[in-house]
Amino acid sequence: MNHDVIMAGFGGQGILMIGNLLAVSGLRQGLQVTFFPSYGVEMRGGTANCTVTLSDRAVGSPVTSRPFGVIAMNEPSVAKFGPRIRPGGVLVWNASLVGPDAFARDDIRSVGVRCNEIAEDLGNAKLASMVALGAYVAVTGVVDVARIGEALSEVLPEKAHKLIPLNLDAIEAGRAAADEPGGDGHG
Amino acid sequence: MKAVFTRPESLTDKPFHFCPGCHHGVIHRLVAEAIDHYGVREKTIGAASVGCSVFLYDYFDIDVVESPHGRAPAVATGIKRANPDRFVLLYQGDGDLAAIGTAEIIHAANRGENLTVVFVNNTVYGMTGGQMAPTTLLGQPTTTSPYGREFGQDGYPIKMTEMLAQLEGVGYAARVAVDTPARLAKARKAVFQAFETQVEEKGMGFVEILATCPTNWGLPPLEAVKRVETEMIPYFPLGVYKERKGKDFL
Amino acid sequence: MAKTFEKGNVAIAKAAVAAGCKYYFGYPITPQSDIPEYLSGVLPSVGGQFVQAESEVASINMLLGAGATGKRAMTSSSSPGISLKQEGISYMAGSEVPGVIVNVQRSGPGLGGIAPSQGDYFQATRGGGHGDYRIFVLAPSSVQEMYDLTVLAFDLADQYRMPAMVLADAMLGMMKEPLDEWVPEPKAFDKGDWALGGASGRPGRRVKSLFLGDGELAEHNWRLAEKYREIREKAVRVDVQVPDGCELAVVAFGSAARIAKSAVDRANDEGRRVGLIRPITLWPFPTAEIREVAERGVPLLAVELNTGQMVEDVRLSSEGRSPVTFAGWPPGYLPSPDDVYGEIARRLAGGEKVA
Repeated sequence: MNHDVIMAGFGGQGILMIGNLLAVSGLRQGLQVTFFPSYGVEMRGGTANCTVTLSDRAVGSPVTSRPFGVIAMNEPSVAKFGPRIRPGGVLVWNASLVGPDAFARDDIRSVGVRCNEIAEDLGNAKLASMVALGAYVAVTGVVDVARIGEALSEVLPEKAHKLIPLNLDAIEAGRAAADEPGGDGHG
Repeated sequence: MKAVFTRPESLTDKPFHFCPGCHHGVIHRLVAEAIDHYGVREKTIGAASVGCSVFLYDYFDIDVVESPHGRAPAVATGIKRANPDRFVLLYQGDGDLAAIGTAEIIHAANRGENLTVVFVNNTVYGMTGGQMAPTTLLGQPTTTSPYGREFGQDGYPIKMTEMLAQLEGVGYAARVAVDTPARLAKARKAVFQAFETQVEEKGMGFVEILATCPTNWGLPPLEAVKRVETEMIPYFPLGVYKERKGKDFL
Repeated sequence: MAKTFEKGNVAIAKAAVAAGCKYYFGYPITPQSDIPEYLSGVLPSVGGQFVQAESEVASINMLLGAGATGKRAMTSSSSPGISLKQEGISYMAGSEVPGVIVNVQRSGPGLGGIAPSQGDYFQATRGGGHGDYRIFVLAPSSVQEMYDLTVLAFDLADQYRMPAMVLADAMLGMMKEPLDEWVPEPKAFDKGDWALGGASGRPGRRVKSLFLGDGELAEHNWRLAEKYREIREKAVRVDVQVPDGCELAVVAFGSAARIAKSAVDRANDEGRRVGLIRPITLWPFPTAEIREVAERGVPLLAVELNTGQMVEDVRLSSEGRSPVTFAGWPPGYLPSPDDVYGEIARRLAGGEKVA
């Protein structure tokens, strides 16, 4: 098993946070993992992305040109990374900010989730990327959802631990949204 | 029989190599007396600089690290931070401290490093053969200012003691000369004070000593000594520019 | 202790503390600032000192000062800052002062950029500053190795009384991986006959690189050369995965080796036989180990994140015994495993002439 996923969006959307979270979840599940973030000047433009690789053997390259999965939280990210997905891969896109006609491929599984609205319904707009991660994990099964719950206490700073239940709600809401008929976007 | 002249304990018996009339020998002796007076020979680590003063390690019977040109204050910072109970001594010339090592001395001073700095200003690069120093006086000919230093071309002689006295990290800053017995006595006191500043952990103790370089000035020793009074002191006024009484850091 | 999930830069900083380094001197520069940021928080609590210096020039000279007193100390920077440190590194080599220097490489020449690069290979392995000297150059390839090789760098520096460099890059510095934060057994290195601490009960002693006496400097240089010869014999580290029957062996270090590994795995998964040689010490270079592979007639492909530096050492190691080719990517474009695979496939198809 060698699973690589690129997560991308605006700075401040919590992209690096969900990347970390998925990686640590994989680590606690006994997988080999790497997390490679964008950094420095690249970040100043207000975009952020990271690559997470999970594998049952030593991870080679921490970067990839053709990922299995992409989580795209805004339209530029769909445009940039959508075409790179390997055939048979998965795209989770934020239907709150990306129109249904923005991107189409018939050789991947494409799942649109209204991450912002779902997060706002939960009472915290910052949870949008957590919703997307919930959907991605549900679609791919790359890690157990239970592992994410455990990893949250490791990844979140101590002072944010009171928000763990809310984060779990967001992940669950993302999972539910991905399961809805029609949760599959224009794939 | 009463001894009227003895060699300070912290000097080796190696004869000085300095040119006739050069003040480095006198200044070495003052520094050695201070080492003896404060009883710090066995806990002193010196940071030697580059220039005529580099042979410090041949004359002082103390531990010495040789520093790259101008970097003695950084080297000394490393020594002192890793060994706060040691006494750390710097001895730098004007090219070393006031040109290539300007950043290092200013920031070591500004950090308030507990160091003792003896700065020998003879207005010229000695070891490399008489080139213009940052402290070369206006009109003074050197091998790289053959028509005399001219401010439009070379800027003005830099006054390090005045600059460093402005910094909060400096506990003591003075400029002295060793051209007359009376000034020598004051210089001795100033060097001692620069030692005491470190002993009492009041920040950097800095003393600038105006000195002769007869060889590179092209003057006989006696005339060189006179030049200290007639040309150097008028531009580089002597005195104590800063003396912190307590550990009254801001 | 369970593995933590740590950034490469932080792994280096944690390793320094575990190795007993109490003194750090540095100047901020991307992409290694996590190191001073971490150590500024931790060193005061272990009785150490953190100094943010006015420049890289000052930092390396602070390292010289602390190292001359026998204390474990470190500085870190990235490419342009390492250029500034070369003066002090030369003095440390000349005066035989131990110390650890970390270079998390970014891109050059000049201000270049902050992308990962291996453009400082020549600078690191050839000494970098003036004079005839070498320093240890250790090239980690994972976050765990950032930790392990930093610990090793302190031991090698003390054992041989010379600077040791950990040569990483932006990718290794910024990426996170599982980390086993093992605590090394403290090794006792006798520094009593050279380290400075004040001339107590003995004559004053010097740590210096100026030798003006008749023949003194030649003797000093020959002595250093002898030390370097011994190191070449004893201290080489390399990971050689070249089974019998290989059609090609890729030679790569650091992050390039990680990317190359994915490409090599893919080629082998597709039924080809491709090996991987990963130098861990870049100086001393694994010359004998590469020559052994070359003697078996396996063609060598050097893969680097530059336009061709280590390949020269690979050629010198092969000494013409097998063909050596090169594939490289200068900073600004980070090659993917597909890019490297393409180069491998081209050679397997016989499409690349020997340079």
